[in-house]
Amino acid sequence: MPLARGPAIGYGGSARLHPAELLPWAFAIAVYFLAPSYLPLGAYVLIIILFALSLDLILGYGGIVTLGHAAYFGFGAYVAGVFAVRVHGDPLLGLAVAAAASAAFGAATGAVVLRTRALALLMLTLALVSIVFEVANKWTEVTGGADGLNSVPVGQLLGAFRFDLFGKTAFLYCLAVLAAGWWLVRSLVHSPFGASLVGARENEARMHAIGAPVYARQLCAYTLAAALAGVAGALLTQTTQFVGLSVVSFELSGEILVMLVLGGVGRIYGAFVGPLVFIVARDYLAKQSPEYWVLGIGVLLILIVMFARGGILGLADGIAARWRRSRP
Amino acid sequence: MSDALLQTSGLCKSFGALTVADNIEFRLEPGARHALIGPNGAGKTTFVNMLTGQLPPSAGRIEFAGEDVTRLGQAARVKRGLGRTFQINTLFGALSVLDNVALGVAERRGVGGRAWRAAGSHREVRDESLELLASLGLADDAASRTVDLPYGKQRLVEIALALGLRPKVLLLDEPAAGVPSTESQRVLDVLGRLPAGVAILIIEHDMELVFRFAQRITVLVRGQILCEGAPREIAADARVREVYLGDAHG
Repeated sequence: MPLARGPAIGYGGSARLHPAELLPWAFAIAVYFLAPSYLPLGAYVLIIILFALSLDLILGYGGIVTLGHAAYFGFGAYVAGVFAVRVHGDPLLGLAVAAAASAAFGAATGAVVLRTRALALLMLTLALVSIVFEVANKWTEVTGGADGLNSVPVGQLLGAFRFDLFGKTAFLYCLAVLAAGWWLVRSLVHSPFGASLVGARENEARMHAIGAPVYARQLCAYTLAAALAGVAGALLTQTTQFVGLSVVSFELSGEILVMLVLGGVGRIYGAFVGPLVFIVARDYLAKQSPEYWVLGIGVLLILIVMFARGGILGLADGIAARWRRSRP
Repeated sequence: MSDALLQTSGLCKSFGALTVADNIEFRLEPGARHALIGPNGAGKTTFVNMLTGQLPPSAGRIEFAGEDVTRLGQAARVKRGLGRTFQINTLFGALSVLDNVALGVAERRGVGGRAWRAAGSHREVRDESLELLASLGLADDAASRTVDLPYGKQRLVEIALALGLRPKVLLLDEPAAGVPSTESQRVLDVLGRLPAGVAILIIEHDMELVFRFAQRITVLVRGQILCEGAPREIAADARVREVYLGDAHG
């Protein structure tokens, strides 16, 4: 897959926080105060960013191309929903259960799919999301089938903050969880573990030849990515109090891939930019043309693939590099 | 004869009806400078791939430092001290030269899987990698993207990456292959300065290099060992001349 890569991360670099890395958080806080009517949409964007970040860990850094990542997002969403309905409505407890269950599901399925490569890997991950979709569809007594689970009970956050109608609590909750997920992924990709993932992405045969346990490392990353995707799914269930089949569809797997490519693969922040641009563009285009908005998204993606292989961030990098070179 | 560091007995490899290694009995002594030569298709790279665990043998046994490693995986053999370079550059092209070497050094030091500290803060890995690059004359290229280097330098990065594993045995698969004559002298110089304690098995087509470097030569033809001996003996062997030069010159 000829996707442009971000700068190499490894032993010669520094993991110190760059001021530009604070921009997404400053932007999110600005949205909270300046655009309160957009908080429900904002919370959704934050959830999808976490989902895209989990995909970036395995695709952008691990080089594992998957069409089935929505299986873990949906699995986490349903686990959180069923747990809230049948066991307990505490959101943090539900989040932890969804993370643990998605990690276990990711480890079990990853152990099989990561033994394959290329087309076989794509087909297996595609089959995985289809199987999870059908289980959710047919197991109606637990999942609600095609109707999904409505009015999922969600308790107060930390026993003090109620999920309000305007989405303030939901937004801050999603922002805090995203920040934790971002810190985890950022630490990982800057670590020797992350460097070895990039090594396997660049040249798996050589990683074997230097004695690296490639399969075990990829499985660890895959499990963690599944857990993060599950957490993102659980957040969606808790903030909307609903879980339906759309969270575990092949379309969602494709969409999240498109969003990541749009933002820039293997850059961490491509997972922030891509979903934001995609969802805002979809929102805007759907208002302008409810019938043909997908056409606009398609044109946007074609332009990115043709003229900016590194996504929007890759394009920005290129422009910045040209500007630096042109300075006397 | 001292105890062999690396030894094969009855090593065979077949792909269906095609036999590419046939009952190979081979010994590599500690600190050896040993060359494996033979015409194209003789099975040299297949033999190396079996030694490293990249390819399972159809039959036979491989012993490394007295231990049977025939069924061990590639990573386990590397951990025991069996390093290699590849005939065609097999590097991390998009990564810096420093990162290429550091990935190997980190694995050897057992920090390659650590996730709780930034890679750049493992100074011991970075310093050792930079020292190794300096010893091969690559210090100025440490920050360069590997794929941007001239081919000759990339061959040196191949060697640096293998040396970062501090192998007891280093298998060099055509280290000078594809290197332009203007850069080949540098590869030769580096080969001449490889640590004396490391046993080296070199596969090479360049006979001038082989005869300058090796103290012992094994000739492989159609998957079988034709003969083995000191360079002078091999040069004088009529069967070797026949293999390389054909009947008209035999």
